[in-house]
Amino acid sequence: MAAPLIQIHEVRKEYDDGPPALAGLTLEVRAGEALAVLGPSGSGKSTLLNLVAGLDRPSEGTVTVDGLRVDELSESASARYRRSRIGMIFQFFNLLDDLTVADNVLLPAQLAGASRQQARRRAADLLEFLGIDRFADTFPGRLSGGQRQRVAVARALMNRPALLLADEPTGALDTASGQDVGRLLTELNQDGQTILLVTHDTALADSCATRTIELIDGAIVRDVRAGGDVRAGRNVRAGSDIQAGSAVRSGGDVQAGAGR
Amino acid sequence: MSALGKVVRAGVGRRRAQTVVMTLTVLLAVTSSVLAASLLVGSQAPFDHAFARQRGAHLTAMFDGTGTTATQLAGTAHLPGVTAAAGPYRAVSLHPTLGGNARDIPVGLNLPVATVVGRPGGAPVDDLDLTAGHWATGPGQIVWDADRTPFRVGDRVTFPDVPGSPTLTVVGLARSVGGSADAWVPPAQVAALTEPGSAPEYQMLYRFAAAGTDAQVSAARASVVAAVPAGSMVSAESYLRAKRAADRAAATFAPFIVALGALGVGMSILIIGIVVGGTVGAATRRIGILKSLGFTPAQVVRAYVAQALIPAAVGTAFGVVLGDLLAVPLLHTEGSAYGTSALAVAPWIDVVVPIATMSVVAATALAPALRAGRLRTVEAIAVGRTPRAGRGRGHERGINLGINRGLHGLLGRLPLPRVVSLGLANPFARPARSATVAAAVALGAVGVTFGVGLAASLTGIDQGLNRESPGQVIVRTLSGREQSRAADPDAVAAALAGQPGTRRYFSTGQAQVGVAGLAGPTTVNAYRGDSSWGSYQMISGSWFTGPGQAVVPTGFLTLTGTHIGDTVTMTNNGHTARVRIVGEALSLSNEGQQILTDAATLSGLGARVLPESVRFDVDLTGGTDPKSYVDSLNAALRPLGALAEPASTGPSGTVIAMDSLAAALTLMLVAVAGLGVLNTVLLDTRDRVHDLGVFKALGMTPRQTIAMVVTSVAGVGLLAGVAGVPVGIALHHIVMPAMGRAAGTRFPAADLAVYHLPVVCALALGGLVIAVAGALLPADWAARARTAETLRTE
Ligand SMILES: Nc1ncnc2c1ncn2[C@@H]1O[C@H](COP(=O)(O)OP(=O)(O)OP(=O)(O)O)[C@@H](O)[C@H]1O
Ligand SMILES: [Mg+2]
Repeated sequence: MAAPLIQIHEVRKEYDDGPPALAGLTLEVRAGEALAVLGPSGSGKSTLLNLVAGLDRPSEGTVTVDGLRVDELSESASARYRRSRIGMIFQFFNLLDDLTVADNVLLPAQLAGASRQQARRRAADLLEFLGIDRFADTFPGRLSGGQRQRVAVARALMNRPALLLADEPTGALDTASGQDVGRLLTELNQDGQTILLVTHDTALADSCATRTIELIDGAIVRDVRAGGDVRAGRNVRAGSDIQAGSAVRSGGDVQAGAGR
Repeated sequence: MSALGKVVRAGVGRRRAQTVVMTLTVLLAVTSSVLAASLLVGSQAPFDHAFARQRGAHLTAMFDGTGTTATQLAGTAHLPGVTAAAGPYRAVSLHPTLGGNARDIPVGLNLPVATVVGRPGGAPVDDLDLTAGHWATGPGQIVWDADRTPFRVGDRVTFPDVPGSPTLTVVGLARSVGGSADAWVPPAQVAALTEPGSAPEYQMLYRFAAAGTDAQVSAARASVVAAVPAGSMVSAESYLRAKRAADRAAATFAPFIVALGALGVGMSILIIGIVVGGTVGAATRRIGILKSLGFTPAQVVRAYVAQALIPAAVGTAFGVVLGDLLAVPLLHTEGSAYGTSALAVAPWIDVVVPIATMSVVAATALAPALRAGRLRTVEAIAVGRTPRAGRGRGHERGINLGINRGLHGLLGRLPLPRVVSLGLANPFARPARSATVAAAVALGAVGVTFGVGLAASLTGIDQGLNRESPGQVIVRTLSGREQSRAADPDAVAAALAGQPGTRRYFSTGQAQVGVAGLAGPTTVNAYRGDSSWGSYQMISGSWFTGPGQAVVPTGFLTLTGTHIGDTVTMTNNGHTARVRIVGEALSLSNEGQQILTDAATLSGLGARVLPESVRFDVDLTGGTDPKSYVDSLNAALRPLGALAEPASTGPSGTVIAMDSLAAALTLMLVAVAGLGVLNTVLLDTRDRVHDLGVFKALGMTPRQTIAMVVTSVAGVGLLAGVAGVPVGIALHHIVMPAMGRAAGTRFPAADLAVYHLPVVCALALGGLVIAVAGALLPADWAARARTAETLRTE
């Protein structure tokens, strides 16, 4: 059995003031899982996501993703790590307004120094797959929220990341668009994409997560698997019934992280 | 603390980087303004400054004591129109010879006749400045004029004409702006320097109520003459002569200080405008929030003007102090170049510059603050509310989004790394900011180009002037007491010819002749031997090749209204000789009233070459050490009454002074330009912090971030630098001839054509360097910014 894709061990995160945002959290996520992180505002969900993305460092404990000690990476190494193994989508899309949809989507590959031709083909494929290829030369300002989030998803998938991180991806969308994004995430997960999804929306969690955890005050208080198997507290163990991570990244033609 | 006060304080504290930039910029701007202003003021009237400080004498009069008495002379102090007077002091004209000294100068060397006055240093008129040592207070002590002396403190001086040949010790050097005497002794010591039975001589120093013109000084002088017995005033010297000479030297400085000063002031206003405008403009959203909380527009305006004024006040205070401190040594070098002593920063500059600076800051802050105050609250809050709904200045973005997008598309297709094309596209997103960066860099490039050219030209001109001593060794003939006559030039020439290491030499000697059309005697430099290797730097024409040809400085051509090819007539005791002018040479000696020609030209004229003026310029064979050559040559020359010494090389004091001034002002300009870039990039980075966060989330490394931010100004910097260079060159082409006119000469074309291709290429890259240097710090800041925080959307 392969090692878990994400191993978070005894992680504490303290900011300058107040109680810790994460209080000794331990969590393992297997490749192929779609893990929804629920919890009230301020419970540490975004903090957890940022630690996994290498955007922030834990005060204590270790974060290992795909065998890489994310908490120990230098600034440049963590940038390369994100480039090659992480795709991120956000509540407010974070698209660059003055770049076209296609250029936005191409960016991660360009940062990684991928070959122009291959990157273009990959971007075209993704836009087509996500049903937004007719907007390729449009600027994001013209698109609806749901369409923008699809562009963000395309951009996140550009370098075939091992892990897709989503922080409230439906938070800024109306119900219909939210459901649309939910279906998209489900579809991706069914194709083998590992997803870490932070949300307030229990319906979204129910529809696309294979597993759900709930945080309160920086600790896991509930861990539910899609099958109905409920575990509590720290001795939570992820199941092994989902396909292994290697399958997810098979046949990658974008040489993520290899170039400049 | 009031709500307004809190907001202001928090605003100043929160935008710490910008507050620091603001403070530093104002500091540099004020420092350079104080420097430029005080140098300008100093260069306007260096003589007047020193003259006012010393309460210099408008008239220095000498009286013969046989016809008048000290009491009578003291009475002239109360004449109408005399506002102050000093004296009568006993004075005596003496013939000094050099006594024991620490240097290698032969004892017994004759010195020009000196006026020695018995007086204290301090006085109500002509309050002397001591520049070295201490005042003469006892017997055997003497203080010498600092500017016209071969002496140093500790040297001894003998007066062989006085019975008993008294020898005194030079205990100090002093300076009289009006040049009232050559040396000073305590009043009681004059008797010991006077031949018994000879009539006493007195000096009186006067200041008059009206002494602005020659006529006024003459009138005042006449009233003094009328008040003393007829014929007892033997001489009287007006201060106006010395003033005119000093002003002429000073005027040489003015053009380039004006040029650099104007650049500095323009730059200061620009950068203060950029910084203040940028700070207020960047805070629009905050202003919206303040207004939604109930701040009135007036309160908002006040808050933002105050936020600009606080760091500006701190910068101004330190800038004035720094400017004053820096100005003192610069004014000192400048002052020495003028022949007047150290000057201080005029107090009014320390008042006017800060007031002007604070007014500029307030005015530049007011415009954007008013705009912010008028901004509708909803709009202001909307700015930056959602990640993409028109961040920054909405209208600016709207107008430029189209161009910008097209450009992104274009640049994106170029075979450039993505970070570079992203950086290159950035300037077009914010044309106003790019324009300010361009202006700052261009001004900096103008300053550097001008400064470098100025230094190169001055060095060239200085080397040209040094051509007056072309060899490595100079031999002077001495007329010592033990010699009945000056050394025989032929004997010196023979000694030189016999000395190993001599490559070639020629001699020059000076004679005074009359020149048709010129008042007063003209100095002729008569050459013997082949002087072709030691010609002056030519402005036009060529060096003389035989008798009957002459080379003259620009000043001579101007004075006589002649041109190259013209013939001038020299006269001496009824004899005449004609010379043809074949060249115009660079020389400032004798105010340009000078003729350089072969000695044979003078043969028919009967003009005598002054024996003391004869000197030999000697060129040594390669590998000869001048020091040991001089030592062994002196052994042969000493019995002949001649002395060899190494020719002094190295730049003159004036050139060092000008160079250090130019360097100081240019550095300030560059630093301010760099700060302007830094501030603009900082503002831009702040505005784009969210985008930068996105880039980093997508995997942009710190180095890529730095590359992107740096390329965002590199293009503009390069272009602005390239644009600034020709302007700097043009400025140089205006200022150098202006300096020449002030000094009374033209400059050789070679000294003006200093912008050679490699220099121009290097200068053209200067703008790029300024821009990159200014952008590096904020780029680093952008690379370090905490991504997790920037991605949080409010
Ligand atoms: N940069 C920061 N500095 C200080 N405290 C922070 C910072 N970021 C988060 N926190 C604190 O850490 C705690 C957890 O924050 P986090 O953003 O992870 O919550 P969250 O679960 O994502 O909340 P929400 O659902 O509102 O997004 C909160 O108390 C928050 O105030
Ligand atoms: Mg959150």
